[in-house]
Amino acid sequence: MELFKKTAAELSDILAKKEISAVELIKDVFARTQAVEDKVKGYITVTQEAALQAADAVDKKRAAGEQLSALAGIPVAIKDNICTKGTLTTCASKMLYNFNPPYNATVIDKLLAQDVVVTGKANMDEFAMGSSCENSSVHPTHNPHNLGCVPGGSSGGSAAVVAAGETPLSLGSDTGGSIRQPAAFCGVVGLKPTYGAVSRYGLIAFASSLDQIGPFGRTIEDTAMLFDAITGHDPLHDSTSVQTLFEGRTRASLNPDVKGMKIGLPKEYFGEGISESVRKNVLAAAETYRAMGAEVFEISLPLSAYVLPIYYILSSAEASSNLARFDGVKYGYRSPNFAEDDLISLYVKSRSEGFGQEVQRRIMLGTYVLSSGFYDAYYKKARAAQRRIKAEFAAAFEKCDIILTPVAPTTAYEIGSKTTNPLEMYAGDICTVSLNIAGLPGLVQPCGFDTEKMPVGMQLIGPHFGEQKLLNAGLAFEQASGLKNIIAEL
Amino acid sequence: MKYEAVIGLEVHAELSTKSKIYCSCSAKFGAGINEHTCPVCTGMPGALPVLNRQVVHYAAKMGLATGCTVNRLCQSARKNYFYPDLPKAYQISQAEHPICSDGEVFFYVDGKKKSCRLERIHFEEDAGKLLHDEIDGTVVDFNRCGVPLIEMVTRPDLRSSAEAKEFLETIKTTLSYLDICDCKMEEGSIRCDVNVSIRSEGSEEFGTRVEMKNINTFSGAVRAIDYEVARQIDVVEHGGKVQQETRRWDDVKLKNTVMRTKEDAQDYRYFPDPDLIAVEIDDTWMEQIQSEIPELPLARYERYLHDYGMTAMEARQISDSFAKANLLDAAAASGKIEPKKAANWILSDISKYLNDKEIEVEDTMLTPDKLVDLICLIDKGTISGAAGKKVLIELFEKDETAAQIVKRLGLEQVSDEGAILAIVQDVISRNEKAVADFKAGKNVTGFLVGQCMKASKGQGNPQIINKLIAQELSKL
Repeated sequence: MELFKKTAAELSDILAKKEISAVELIKDVFARTQAVEDKVKGYITVTQEAALQAADAVDKKRAAGEQLSALAGIPVAIKDNICTKGTLTTCASKMLYNFNPPYNATVIDKLLAQDVVVTGKANMDEFAMGSSCENSSVHPTHNPHNLGCVPGGSSGGSAAVVAAGETPLSLGSDTGGSIRQPAAFCGVVGLKPTYGAVSRYGLIAFASSLDQIGPFGRTIEDTAMLFDAITGHDPLHDSTSVQTLFEGRTRASLNPDVKGMKIGLPKEYFGEGISESVRKNVLAAAETYRAMGAEVFEISLPLSAYVLPIYYILSSAEASSNLARFDGVKYGYRSPNFAEDDLISLYVKSRSEGFGQEVQRRIMLGTYVLSSGFYDAYYKKARAAQRRIKAEFAAAFEKCDIILTPVAPTTAYEIGSKTTNPLEMYAGDICTVSLNIAGLPGLVQPCGFDTEKMPVGMQLIGPHFGEQKLLNAGLAFEQASGLKNIIAEL
Repeated sequence: MKYEAVIGLEVHAELSTKSKIYCSCSAKFGAGINEHTCPVCTGMPGALPVLNRQVVHYAAKMGLATGCTVNRLCQSARKNYFYPDLPKAYQISQAEHPICSDGEVFFYVDGKKKSCRLERIHFEEDAGKLLHDEIDGTVVDFNRCGVPLIEMVTRPDLRSSAEAKEFLETIKTTLSYLDICDCKMEEGSIRCDVNVSIRSEGSEEFGTRVEMKNINTFSGAVRAIDYEVARQIDVVEHGGKVQQETRRWDDVKLKNTVMRTKEDAQDYRYFPDPDLIAVEIDDTWMEQIQSEIPELPLARYERYLHDYGMTAMEARQISDSFAKANLLDAAAASGKIEPKKAANWILSDISKYLNDKEIEVEDTMLTPDKLVDLICLIDKGTISGAAGKKVLIELFEKDETAAQIVKRLGLEQVSDEGAILAIVQDVISRNEKAVADFKAGKNVTGFLVGQCMKASKGQGNPQIINKLIAQELSKL
């Protein structure tokens, strides 16, 4: 029946009408996984048995006449840095190779309460540090559109399994572009919510002030559906979560009317370094908006030149502290090689052997910028600059409703082509990190293909809690372009 | 050369909140190993802190009680260091913006009023405990992890171990008046680090300071300070220089040893905790906190000394206990008795009863009104002082007024001279030896009074008995 090709909204509809059962659906989805996962390698853990049981439970509830949520029985993959009680949560790190969380993240509790069927834990760059999914200690993930290319990162697994038809929906996390760039590379939709719109409780922290959990889907509607399910104030568990107006209602409020909408194109995002195919496709999308009656004009965000250093200082500083708890004492990897009765040796060996190169690089960088004597020059200055970036965006949103930009300088590149030069890898984050610095929401969706038939994504940026605006504009483009529910041929 | 000690303290007090500072686990002492833990206080990956507002409330209360400026915006900061009892490898504390700053604490040393300025008070989480002997190897008990603390940092204003002790006692009494710390020293509710330097007397400059850790009692603080001052004088007298370092006090061996030198001082890499947003104390909240602060121990002490005519020792004993001081003040407020009389009862029989039973006034049925009634009955001569002691025991234990108890136990004093005269005459006639002794010039009044009291079953008015014995003996 090829149920795996359907959107979550379609599946929700036929499940509700009892045309199919949740068990049938999950079996079909796992058959697809069985067929393609060897090539894609998007998962670290597939929770087939638990998923079948969950699907069966959903069918029983439905048979008993219970009122179920729209997501009941719908498969969702979870990035492996989101805690799932009793299911390995490794952050793709040797450090947490055996970590079974004793509790669920808030988003997991929310999804389970809505009878979602969790398919497994998706691959990622170790501790979400990376842009290609090559920093996974388990295995790299392959781009379903070209297995020789990276899927992007760090939520590369979450994007790849959706693009490959292994699940209609997944959750990722985004600290500097980790949802948006892989969404662009894999030709799917990804939403990085406003900071505070989704509880971070249970998301293994990379950089606390920048991290946000967000949904992947193959259509705007599906993405909105999953976003509705996870957003919400979590006062008992996350001080930084916020009560928002749209909680649970973006899908129902979708409205693809962009007439009169003011869309800004920041010239700094289309400059040098952005490849021709990316520029061309994103500017074509701008024309599509203009044709639909939107007002599209150039704006300027001059501080964009500083976003990379600000991002790498703030994120590394927080990471150095957040990752200090992985010390070989309580859980996770403990080196067998430490000197007896030597605590320092236990720490040093466990951390040196348990963390990968990129993670160690960022811990050292972060430790350095927080050190006494350097704090003012780096961390404090970056925080001050952060406030100016926020102000610059706030000023821009007085002129326009949303901002349209590329997501990454290029489309997906070949596996191994950037691993030797971290700085080149960092440069790929130029279009995405500013949103995390400013706490803004960003929506990425496919807007075309390059000459190699690799997907090109575009990014819509909104003001704080402007998710509805983004989804509306995204839906308008999706309808105009017909670029939706793209499943890679495998 | 004469030397002067310069001492500063860092006092940690565990706050007696119901739950921990960043999670809903119980903060109570004494549970089984790791029974009071959850993902948050064990630093599980992904777990996040949410600040307990009661901690802010209590910390601000202490700030107001010690004359601090309370900073309305409370920010938390991470203090990063590795140790197995610290599961996140950072302690959530406060750095640049402590909740309270610039206070001053007053106290008396040998009858002289002194003061010590507070640089700051901030709140933070406690760490866990390493248990080395309970099980094979070392285990970590995380029950104490996340128990809220306030840290009070003084300016270097103290000049002797005696001053340090009085300062600490005042802090302790203040905490107990505010009801924000259970002050159980044996459970580690109050701990302190001591900074000591010396300088030649009269000098304005500060010497090199040494920090001492692992001080668990106030008397231990006195011993540690005395030892360190003597050690530094010794170093200087022998031509040496005091090194800036951290030393560990050993209260059994009564000496300290080097823990850390200046070279390996830790860099804690403080930075604002991104998991916690700033909490603001608004006007309503501030007024609420202010309204909960009672008259403080030092003010009461001074009042008892000057207004109630109590000795320093008596005033101190009562003002040290919030419950006793409240009992005294409420009794005095009745206007029916001399406050000093209530104080005497509190210091003697009431304290003895409470100490014997190891309870507090509020654990008994005794109220200020009952105490006032008791004293009035004695003042009026209705009962004797001795009978009063019996009545007091009943007042602690029964829900009855003093008058009801006197009646029930038949303790009313006999003041009828005719009845007492009969007893006196009877006693004199039965004690020939005493009469003989009297005639031989000995003083037998005390003995005869005792016999008469016995004969009257304790109810004879002793003044009248005295008077009548003298009268009867003079007739012999």
